[in-house]
Amino acid sequence: MSKFTRIEEMWRPDDRPLLHLTNEDLMPLPPPLNHPSLDRPWTPLTEAARQQYECRLDDTCAVSVPKPKSPAEEAELVRKFLAGLDKLFAREDNWTFLQPLVLTLEHCARCQTCSEACHIYEASGYSELYRPTYRSEILRRLYFKYVKHGGLVSAWQHGDIQLNWPLVARLIELAYRCNLCRRCAQVCPIGADNGLVAHELRKLFSQELGIAPKELHDNGTMLQLKVGSSTGMNALVVKDNIEFIDEEISEKTGIEVRTPWDVEGADILLIHNAGEILAWPENVGAFAVIFTVAGLSWTMSSELAAYDSVNYGLWYDDVQFARIALKQIEAARKLKVKRIVLGECGHAHKALSVVADRILLGDANIPRESALTLLHELIMSGRIKVDPSRNDFPVTLHDPCNVVRLMGVVKPQREILAKIAPKFREMEPHGVNNYCCGGGSGFAIMSGNNFADWRFHVSGRKKLQQILNAFQDCLDPSIPKYVCAPCSNCKGQLRDIIKYYGLWDSNRILYGGLVELIVNAMVDVKPGFIDWEWH
Amino acid sequence: MTALVFLIVYAGVLAFLAGCVARALTYARMPAHLRWEIYPVPHEEPERVAYGGSYFEQPRWWTKPLRSHWVTELRFMIPEMIFLKGLWDHNRSLWYRSFPFHFGLYLVAASMVCLVASVALTPAGVELSGTAGVLATAARILGAVGGAGVLVGALALAWRRLTAPEVRNYTAPGDVFNLIFFVVTFGLIGAGLLSRPEGAPGAWEVTRALLFFDTSIALPKLLAWGLVAGSLLVAYIPMTHMSHFIAKYFTYHKIRWDDVPMRQAQRLAKEIARYLSYRPRWAAPHVMADGRRSWAELAMLNPAQKGDQ
Repeated sequence: MSKFTRIEEMWRPDDRPLLHLTNEDLMPLPPPLNHPSLDRPWTPLTEAARQQYECRLDDTCAVSVPKPKSPAEEAELVRKFLAGLDKLFAREDNWTFLQPLVLTLEHCARCQTCSEACHIYEASGYSELYRPTYRSEILRRLYFKYVKHGGLVSAWQHGDIQLNWPLVARLIELAYRCNLCRRCAQVCPIGADNGLVAHELRKLFSQELGIAPKELHDNGTMLQLKVGSSTGMNALVVKDNIEFIDEEISEKTGIEVRTPWDVEGADILLIHNAGEILAWPENVGAFAVIFTVAGLSWTMSSELAAYDSVNYGLWYDDVQFARIALKQIEAARKLKVKRIVLGECGHAHKALSVVADRILLGDANIPRESALTLLHELIMSGRIKVDPSRNDFPVTLHDPCNVVRLMGVVKPQREILAKIAPKFREMEPHGVNNYCCGGGSGFAIMSGNNFADWRFHVSGRKKLQQILNAFQDCLDPSIPKYVCAPCSNCKGQLRDIIKYYGLWDSNRILYGGLVELIVNAMVDVKPGFIDWEWH
Repeated sequence: MTALVFLIVYAGVLAFLAGCVARALTYARMPAHLRWEIYPVPHEEPERVAYGGSYFEQPRWWTKPLRSHWVTELRFMIPEMIFLKGLWDHNRSLWYRSFPFHFGLYLVAASMVCLVASVALTPAGVELSGTAGVLATAARILGAVGGAGVLVGALALAWRRLTAPEVRNYTAPGDVFNLIFFVVTFGLIGAGLLSRPEGAPGAWEVTRALLFFDTSIALPKLLAWGLVAGSLLVAYIPMTHMSHFIAKYFTYHKIRWDDVPMRQAQRLAKEIARYLSYRPRWAAPHVMADGRRSWAELAMLNPAQKGDQ
């Protein structure tokens, strides 16, 4: 199947996918995966999934939209889509992103400068369907035809489009083939933002048609608003788990830690991504050790949504986004803390510090701070004493897009690593030019059907290439190596992709956060905090 | 006929100005959006701009003075505006086509400014000399080089639009037309000036006649057609994505680099408070919009809790 997909194919009425990729099509990887035969075979979509869901875009299916049962149902969905399209460009409905969206659609010159910056497009072997401009071109044509009510002249000027259910169904899936890393927007000479287009499409589908991946909506924002966390943990369970972590960490480090809960008037409200508590308890414990040794005044909150910094609304739904952000702020106000410190979670950083900033009016605008700057202050001031020889192994640093490119927190983590990791090496490119892990915008928690295969082969491929390149001089399994990723979502993606390619077994590549490396180097702590075991 | 051509020129210029103002106002009146910056932000502290850092890197950033450095911003803006630095950095092959076109337009604009200044400095009946003469010569050189740049650039861009596989999928007939429009306009004006008979008015004389509505001059036919085409072109530009010179102000200053924290944006707070009173109509059940609830009210509801459902 050709990797070139014409725009017109989006409204092709048949069920056949527009793109099929094989390992031979993909961007080559360095050793030990330097031949397509060394890559993993793709798990095909099951016939049942194809029968049940709209899977006519490519090899996978992220959203699992049930197939309409009749032409009348299809027509109704198209009608709803058009109603949503109208709202997407109405100030009362979409003041939150109207200006950047319109500017992008009206002024993108389709020069394709952004394409080279997109890791998904490159990793797919330059498949047309995954160009950042491809989905934008569809929305642009729809905008001029149905929102601006352009006639023949408009079609001549902007290109024509035929709206039907197959087009909408494919567009739903295509909105979830972008990590929203906005590397494309960073290089656009006009300042257009094709990442935003994917975001706005997701919003339209969610806020108008109620269509979003289950992992983001039902098991994400809705669960968080219901029980307090997208992990499903309520406050009692979280407290129980943290108590257990405190005990384990105290024993392991020799530092007696006890996480404070709901302390009124504390200086810091620390909010973790609650996924850390279940998947990486050592990260949560490391924070407790550092804060205890530094003698900080801090607390965690047991209020709804305030012990879980995640805000999946950031990726697909402005209303859900605002609801969660306000709950987190409300908890901080209730405790009268002086600041909120965000743990190692990239999207939580951007959500609460940057994107929510303008809806936090008056005294709701409680200062929010990155844990990275606080940790930097503690290490550089000497309040936390470190022995870098304890981290005498190769370390490279992944830059979470939401913390670095989209928030400008670049240097603190590097200066910490320079102090605690003598064998630190940058991956290329790095800093604000670094690539997404491939799990951004919710992909790391999305594995429905065979979507995980797609994110390993395509969206995560560039990061895999960067990591392998960074460790090319020490691939030998006798040398343990550490990918430092100060972000839960990124760690989830790295965990899955390293496991998928067996790189822990074959090359001893481990991943983890920054605080684990800090505690591993702390002189006050028993040596050997990092286990060097796969888990 | 000269009078008609001149009226078309005046109308074209007015339409251009009105179109640009209307477009700029349309964008300026759109609601302020949620923060959506991308780093580097060039008005940050110079040492942070170098690697893309932000004020968020400082511990307790809200207690530190936040300064906006317009010099470092200009250091970014000038190479971008004049030399299309972003394209040079990220799409070199396109830069070779796009730069002559855009820089050519700047030179043509500079040429027109020189012509107007030269005419203004030359009283009626006085021969062209001194500063006015130098300006007229500069205008000829700038116009010739600029016009050639626009012609070559537009042809190269049109060729890319028609042949390069990476843009063919995204090329509407209008995109090619826009570029050909430039080729035809600059071709006609160039040919009109170069082929005019001895004693026929050139750029300087036409500028003077336009400024004083002197319809006594006899315009060479090709030049007259060039002026008509040019007038239609400038009137047409604000109606298309070619007005991105307006859009770039907003995409850069109001989106990409807009990092002002809400704590320091009192006027914006009032605007946002107004937006929060808007009544959205989104239809998905979890949004819970009923046409009466405002954004602020919806944000306080919890669709996962029975009391709010």
